[in-house]
Amino acid sequence: MSMKRIESLNDFVVKFANVNGSGSASANELFAKSFLRMGIPVSPRNIFPSNIQGLPTWYEVRVTEKGWLGRRGGVDLMVAMNPQTWSQDVKEIEPGGYLFYDNTKPLPPSKFRDDVNVIGMPLTEISNATFTDARERQLFKNIIYVGALSALMDIEPGVIAELIGEQYKGKEKLLKPNLNAFQMGFNYAGEKLKGMLGLKVKRAYAVGDRIFMEGNAAAALGCVYGGATVCAWYPITPSSSLAEAFTRYCQKLRVDPDSGKNKFAIIQAEDELASIGIVCGAGWNGARAFTATSGPGISLMSEFVGLAYFAEIPAVIIDVQRGGPSTGMPTRTQQSDVLKCAYLSHGDTKHVLLFPEDPHECFNFGALSLDLAERLQTPVFLMTDLDIGMNQRLCKPLQWDDARVYDRGKVMTAEMLDGGKEFGRYLDVDGDGIPYRTYPGTHESKGAYFTRGTSKNPYAVYSEAGADYAYNMERLLKKHDFAKTLLPKPLLTPAREPARFGCIYYGSTSPSMHEALEALADKGIFVNALRVRAFPFQDEIYDFCQSHAKVFVVEQNRDAQLKTLLVNEAGVNPACLISVLHYDGTPITARFIAREISEIVSALNVRPIKKDKAA
Amino acid sequence: MTYVLKPKLHHPMLAKNKLGFTRRDYEGKVSTLCAGCGHDSISAALIQAFFQLDIQPHRVAKLSGIGCSSKTPDYFLGNSHGFNTVHGRMPSVLTGANLANRDLIYLGVSGDGDSASIGLGQFAHVMRRGVNMTYILENNGVYGLTKGQFSATADKGSKAKKGMVNADAAVDTVSLALLMGATFVARSFSGDKQQLTPLVEAAIWHQGAAFIDVISPCVAFNNHPGSTKSYDYVREHNEAVNRLDFWPSRDAITVDYSEGGVIEVPQHDGSIIKLRKLDAEYDPSDKINAITHIAQAAAKGEVLTGLLYLAPDAEDLHQHLNTFEAPFNRLGEKELCPGSALLDKINAGLR
Ligand SMILES: Cc1ncc(C[n+]2csc(CCOP(=O)(O)OP(=O)(O)O)c2C)c(N)n1
Ligand code: SF4
Ligand SMILES: [Mg+2]
Repeated sequence: MSMKRIESLNDFVVKFANVNGSGSASANELFAKSFLRMGIPVSPRNIFPSNIQGLPTWYEVRVTEKGWLGRRGGVDLMVAMNPQTWSQDVKEIEPGGYLFYDNTKPLPPSKFRDDVNVIGMPLTEISNATFTDARERQLFKNIIYVGALSALMDIEPGVIAELIGEQYKGKEKLLKPNLNAFQMGFNYAGEKLKGMLGLKVKRAYAVGDRIFMEGNAAAALGCVYGGATVCAWYPITPSSSLAEAFTRYCQKLRVDPDSGKNKFAIIQAEDELASIGIVCGAGWNGARAFTATSGPGISLMSEFVGLAYFAEIPAVIIDVQRGGPSTGMPTRTQQSDVLKCAYLSHGDTKHVLLFPEDPHECFNFGALSLDLAERLQTPVFLMTDLDIGMNQRLCKPLQWDDARVYDRGKVMTAEMLDGGKEFGRYLDVDGDGIPYRTYPGTHESKGAYFTRGTSKNPYAVYSEAGADYAYNMERLLKKHDFAKTLLPKPLLTPAREPARFGCIYYGSTSPSMHEALEALADKGIFVNALRVRAFPFQDEIYDFCQSHAKVFVVEQNRDAQLKTLLVNEAGVNPACLISVLHYDGTPITARFIAREISEIVSALNVRPIKKDKAA
Repeated sequence: MTYVLKPKLHHPMLAKNKLGFTRRDYEGKVSTLCAGCGHDSISAALIQAFFQLDIQPHRVAKLSGIGCSSKTPDYFLGNSHGFNTVHGRMPSVLTGANLANRDLIYLGVSGDGDSASIGLGQFAHVMRRGVNMTYILENNGVYGLTKGQFSATADKGSKAKKGMVNADAAVDTVSLALLMGATFVARSFSGDKQQLTPLVEAAIWHQGAAFIDVISPCVAFNNHPGSTKSYDYVREHNEAVNRLDFWPSRDAITVDYSEGGVIEVPQHDGSIIKLRKLDAEYDPSDKINAITHIAQAAAKGEVLTGLLYLAPDAEDLHQHLNTFEAPFNRLGEKELCPGSALLDKINAGLR
């Protein structure tokens, strides 16, 4: 009886199980990029547990000509390079899938599965025969397996040679042995492993002009383009690489060529309290400033965010969300800070949130958030997550309109003050709730004021009078409401046929959602989908809920946080909302969404539903 | 109260500085602190210093934390922007403000609770970074605003108004500032205008992190019976104290003593603080010497006052970061945005 073999062209999942620090990252990236060069979309994901025993790290590559960039789930080919995680890795392979491993040292049959095709290759032996240095032997083993996979899958060798050439441009010493190692793997597999793998690729034309970038880098670049000059941060996974990318881009793009001086200041602060304090000080004084952090950092920033809300100070906070506390799931993705950020701090506070779906939007919203913070004179949260932030994602190229002018908001200048314009720091002069501000040092005798929390009248004079407090609080509410007009609108993806059901989703759920919508439509389940991109919610969101019998709210958290916000803030009837929740720390998949929704739909069709069915 | 509401009309006879401002142009709102509070005396010294230095008031940014001390920036330099931030976190806000506009003069005002308790971390780090500022710590050993709890600078063994005895060691802020890298470190007494005003002036001139710990008695929560050294005790021993005036309660305490001299100053709670003024030969450029002197004085139960340390080659944060000369808050898209052509190049590198 011959064993089942998965056969697939341009559509499969490969997972690499590696030891951290073994040099696998750049080899794996080379592998992923080779598909892009052949015009086939890929979606890679880093999986790196916080617990570093055995230093395991995984890299999962979904090859998908159709362009589904969400995580698929399941593994068709496991490249098992970490003995410590062997059994767990072998278990994960789909029946009929493949296990590729280093067979330099023989393993007992008990280590394998009957329903998995095994491809062994003496990687260590081959590497050791050519390279003498221990580090080189380790490093080139990775390139050798890329060579072998290339032969097994029909990846065009020219594409890899080109990528290696780009990577080691000007470093001839490294270029040669890399090409050599690649060729060794390619030749060995071509001769000895021919026909053993049923996962193949063929040149396609499905990538177009898209770029391949991490969300953290894109958000950082958005802050460079958007004019941030001050960045203060404290290291925390998964946000650290954002501040690091900002540093790198600034060193390239923001050093004054004449003087050699920096048009940026980056402070690695002593903690998140100081990070946000520095951002508030800079914002108060008229510079564009941001910080990047994750959940625990947001918790620490809570007090300052309240002050910034009441004192009306522009501040941009990028929250690369992860799973909970420091000893929780710091290296796993979630959308679990939504409610916390929406209402962060003491007193009646509400904040502006932006939900980018991918690096392209991280860039756009990064720049936009700096405009919004100054226009609205308030903290603005850019809510990304680990899945978008720390993985390279295929997305539309970044764009910038050179005619674009920064929106510096309502700033009263010395000329305006001399011209007799009345200045009341907390006075609503335009009916939008947004007052004018002055930068410190503006005028010899006019426009100075004392900044404090809520005990003030519209002219920033100390007051504990109830009427003054109420006026201010209502004006802040008006301002929050006005923010809706400036925020990115929700985006509708209509179903192929008229639909009773609607679905609301946001952020990194996007690619899996789109794939799920296709799968559902193929089964005859039609769902109109609305991607929410900002809070406070525009009327379109309410109208969307009103015009569907039931609306699924798909989220990556346990507590249905966006749903709560929809009920609380958009006045949506909770009876018409059904949560679809994924919160195990892995990115949500299309399979999960489609299964959940189709189950609920069939249940709804069988009997009238009484209560929300939560997943 | 130190100030009563004065008519804004300036008397023609009022002395003017080089800029044509009178001292009153450096004043602020009427103080709401308790009569006799040391903090008001410090505000007066600040007003005097800015007036004498011919600084345009609006070129100063005043930042503070939370506390009675932190309220005072509202009571001087009324034409300057001020920022009452959050408890213990003024240093970070001042750092950010300083980064946004390096052309202004930054004055940080804080209390001992603000700087040595809740804000000890930020206090230490702002000194490390060498932020160009004048940092005034109005040190009364208690939380004035929250009604008399101990702060971290309260001496071990001192007794609070409600009877609690402090069992914790005191934080010495000048030693800490020195160790953390402040490049100007001084200590003074709120009642010693003669000493305090020139120290403030020197701190403002200093291009780096300048710190002055100013001992500043709280009249409300340190004047109670049961103190080991009571008010009466001090009165009885008044004669024994050299060159000492004695003030009735609720008046601000002032002192006048010469370089190298020691003075025992009774506090409102009846305790005595022994101040020793550095003598004229003291060399403030030697950091190790400064640390030794402070420790030696402390061993004798004395509090050393004067300019303790002045780094000869002070640098500030902007130098460390090699920042652009123009204030960041004046830079727009022209100076900051790399433009679409460069973005296309970046895109090309990401395929
Ligand atoms: C986060 C926070 N905790 C507590 C308080 C309450 N609080 C206000 S002022 C203060 C102590 C101030 O002491 P200090 O800095 O010595 O100032 P003083 O009033 O003595 O001049 C405290 C605890 C607060 N405002 N914020
Ligand atoms: S309570 Fe103490 S510190 Fe506060 S104003 Fe009164 S005397 Fe000054
Ligand atoms: Mg105090």
